[in-house]
Amino acid sequence: MWSYLARRILIGIPTLWAIITVCFFLMRLTPGGPFDSAAPIPQEILANLRARYHLDDPLWQQYLSYLWNLLHWDFGPSFKYKDFTVTELIAQGFPVSFQNGLAALLLAIAVGVPMGIAAALAQNTPRDYAVSGLAMTGIVIPNFVMGQLLILIFGVWLKDSIFHLPAGGWNNGAFVNRILPTVTLALPFIAYLARITRGSMIEVMRANYVRTARAKGLPFRAVVIRHALKSALTPVVTFLGPATAFILTGSMVVETIFQIPGIGRYFVQGALNRDYTLVMGVTILSAALMIFMNLMVDLIYGLLDPKVRYD
Amino acid sequence: MPSTRKTADVAGSDTVLDIQGLTVRFETADGEVQAVSDLSLTVAKGECLGIVGESGSGKSQTFMATLGLLADNGRATGKVMFGDADLLTANEATLNSIRGNRAAMVFQDHMTSLTPHMKVGRQLTEVLQRHRGLDAKAALDAVIAMLRRVQIPEPERRAEMYPHELSGGLRQRVMIAMGLLCHPELLIADEPTTALDVTVQALILDLIRDVKDSDNTAVILITHDLGVVAGLADRVAVMYAGRVVELGDVNQIFSEPQHPYTQGLLACSPRLDDALGGKLKTIPGQPPNLQRLPPGCAFAPRCPYVIAACAERPPLRPAAGGGLKACVRDDLASITKAAS
Repeated sequence: MWSYLARRILIGIPTLWAIITVCFFLMRLTPGGPFDSAAPIPQEILANLRARYHLDDPLWQQYLSYLWNLLHWDFGPSFKYKDFTVTELIAQGFPVSFQNGLAALLLAIAVGVPMGIAAALAQNTPRDYAVSGLAMTGIVIPNFVMGQLLILIFGVWLKDSIFHLPAGGWNNGAFVNRILPTVTLALPFIAYLARITRGSMIEVMRANYVRTARAKGLPFRAVVIRHALKSALTPVVTFLGPATAFILTGSMVVETIFQIPGIGRYFVQGALNRDYTLVMGVTILSAALMIFMNLMVDLIYGLLDPKVRYD
Repeated sequence: MPSTRKTADVAGSDTVLDIQGLTVRFETADGEVQAVSDLSLTVAKGECLGIVGESGSGKSQTFMATLGLLADNGRATGKVMFGDADLLTANEATLNSIRGNRAAMVFQDHMTSLTPHMKVGRQLTEVLQRHRGLDAKAALDAVIAMLRRVQIPEPERRAEMYPHELSGGLRQRVMIAMGLLCHPELLIADEPTTALDVTVQALILDLIRDVKDSDNTAVILITHDLGVVAGLADRVAVMYAGRVVELGDVNQIFSEPQHPYTQGLLACSPRLDDALGGKLKTIPGQPPNLQRLPPGCAFAPRCPYVIAACAERPPLRPAAGGGLKACVRDDLASITKAAS
């Protein structure tokens, strides 16, 4: 077990290195640079800037010095947010995105999984159709529409009622400001989780061992919770691993709509601005998180299925 | 061995299970399938009723319906009296107080019939905790005693194992132990020896015989293995296309089968004294499509003795030898004798 864990973590290092390398050269190969803008910068200033950020050094030298700095936990200065290092930007934004994402994730699990189970146990009844319909709606409505819709309802139409919620802004993480972004972020995940849970639960409920459990005269609840649920959760965990890494690193759309100071926007803005170091920073963060979550998933499999062995 | 039992199928004072006019239908995408049609059977205390027939003859579904374990698309009509409860109309709570307690079923797929993520011991103790109200410690003691009775070596250690850590023979014995935990009045064993090697088969059959004789349990033995039936059953019901086509004392069924299908089945069994290099016999034709059963005798298309009267469904009626048969012809014995 421990040697498995150590091995998996060691394998993570070359994986991360490969991602860093690909991302570094892809960014540099992309036409344009961080100092191209609509209003041209005077030649001398541009030359100074390029020298300041070592952009005139040979590419392999830039790459090696970037790696060297990374080893010293230095993600470099941002090219666009001039007074900030990438580490500072992430340190400010990531906790916000992380909290939001975690809240959305917990909400999605708390709602989506029971919904899926309820639908599976009442297969082909109105309850099942309602859940499947809602899930489909949640999947097909993009979050920029859903976010605006929620703002319209709770921020505008219900303005004078007790259900009024702020239309945006972070307000230092006040609870009421978190509700709409959390719900917007959670809705598609609720939908996916409900669908996945429903499908796997229906399959497990047809398993021979569930029939055995029923033949024992166990109450239906015990059959479902004790005998079916654990196996039914395997695909849910498979989905949740990468989904967690994804949701915790913030959503550009949701953070833009609700004006939340997270890191979700850096993925898009950084790329558009050719802010090389910032893009590298958020990419490394989400890659590391993804590697970590995949390891978590593999460990949770062991809890769900005694046949899984770590060696 | 109990003395020769009544062969005519009438419920008596020691009847444990009384199935009357059971019909099982499944709704499928291609239409309705009638898996069991108007079937009546009884089984008494200390008796073993063998149910034989090909795959798809409805033998398993009959008893799934009996215990309320049909798949969601299945519907059962008729009457299934167990004690004074009709299991087809009983509510879930009543069924749950009977299942695993007074009536237990041992399933055929020992590979998949145990919950993979639960220790074997826990899967057994929960039966006693549910029906006997035992605490975990007392239940485990009783489980270990039962595992010992079904001849599982080192039961304390096996109880701590997961199903995948046990061999097929051990798993099947765990299934039987599960069925016997509450000393049921009725044990339904669905292909209990299929896919097991012969020594384990013999052991499991001995166990079932022991339960029948010493606990006076009524046993229903569902199998397509005629050898198993011959060794264990007191009476035999032969099923074809969802109906009983012949019912009788085990000796009568094997020595003087009355229905052409039973005769065909017996003729298919390879015998030690068959000529070397001889071909295995088969019944010509295919098992019937349950969605398009002929209006008359379902076996007629494969029957060598078919006559015009077979176009009408033959009722189950008394036959020579004291059993029942669903065949219009009474002159088969003389024909087959003449042929051999």
